[in-house]
Amino acid sequence: MLSKRLVRKTRWFAAIVVATNVLGNFALSWGMKHGAAFDGSPLSFVLVVFNPWVLVGIALLAGWVLSRMALLSWADLSYVIPVTSIGFVLNAIMGALFLQETISPLRWLGTFCIVGGTVLVGLTAPKTEP
Amino acid sequence: MSPWIYVAIIVVSTVASDVLQSWEMKRQGEVMDFGIGRLLRTLLSKAPLIASVVFLAISFYAFLALLQVADLSFAVPATALSLVAETVLARILLKEKVTAARWAGTALVAIGVYLLAF
Repeated sequence: MLSKRLVRKTRWFAAIVVATNVLGNFALSWGMKHGAAFDGSPLSFVLVVFNPWVLVGIALLAGWVLSRMALLSWADLSYVIPVTSIGFVLNAIMGALFLQETISPLRWLGTFCIVGGTVLVGLTAPKTEP
Repeated sequence: MSPWIYVAIIVVSTVASDVLQSWEMKRQGEVMDFGIGRLLRTLLSKAPLIASVVFLAISFYAFLALLQVADLSFAVPATALSLVAETVLARILLKEKVTAARWAGTALVAIGVYLLAF
C-alpha cells in the first residue's frame, strides 16, 4: 500500500509538470508566430532564442524538465506519461482561445478520449515496484 | 518539409530521452531535496541524464521547426505517438508492472491523439 504522502506528492508534481509544460508550449508558440522567424539554419535558431516569448517558454520548459525528472525518481514512466497527457488537452484549449486555432469536432472527441485515458491511469498506483 | 518528418524525429528522440531519464532517476532513488541547484547537479553529473537532455534538445529543435508549419493543436498531440512506444518500453526495459487499467488508459490517450490529427 502506497503512503498518502507519496500519493499527495505525486499529484502536486504531476500538476507542476503539466502547468510548466502547457504554459511553456504556449509561450513558445506565441513567440514563433509573433516575430520570431525560423528557417532551420543554426543562425536563425540562435536569433529565435532571443525572442522574449521564446525565452519565457524555454525557462518554463526548463522547470518542466527538472520537475519531471524529480517525479520520475519515484513514479513509474508508464504512469507519468499518460497522466501528464492532460497537458495536450490544455494545449488545445489554449490554442483555440488565444491563438485562434480551429478545433474540429474530431479533435474535440480526441480530447475527451485523452481526458478519459488520463483519469483511468491516474486511478492506478503511481509506483508499482516494491 | 512534411510536418510528419518532424513528428518522427520528435517521437524517436522523446522516447529515448524519457526512457533514459526514468531509468537513471530510479537508480538515484526518490528525490527529497527539491533545490534547483541540487537537481541541476544531478542532471549534469550522470551520463544517462546528459544523454536524455541531448535527445530532448533534438526533440525541442524539431518541435520549433514543426510549430512553423503546423498548428499548436496539431503539433503537440501528433508528437504524443511516443506515448504508446514509451509504455511498451517501460514494460520491457524498465520492468514496470503495466496493469490492465493502465494499458486501457494509455490506449484511450493514443486513440485521442490519433483523432486530434484530423
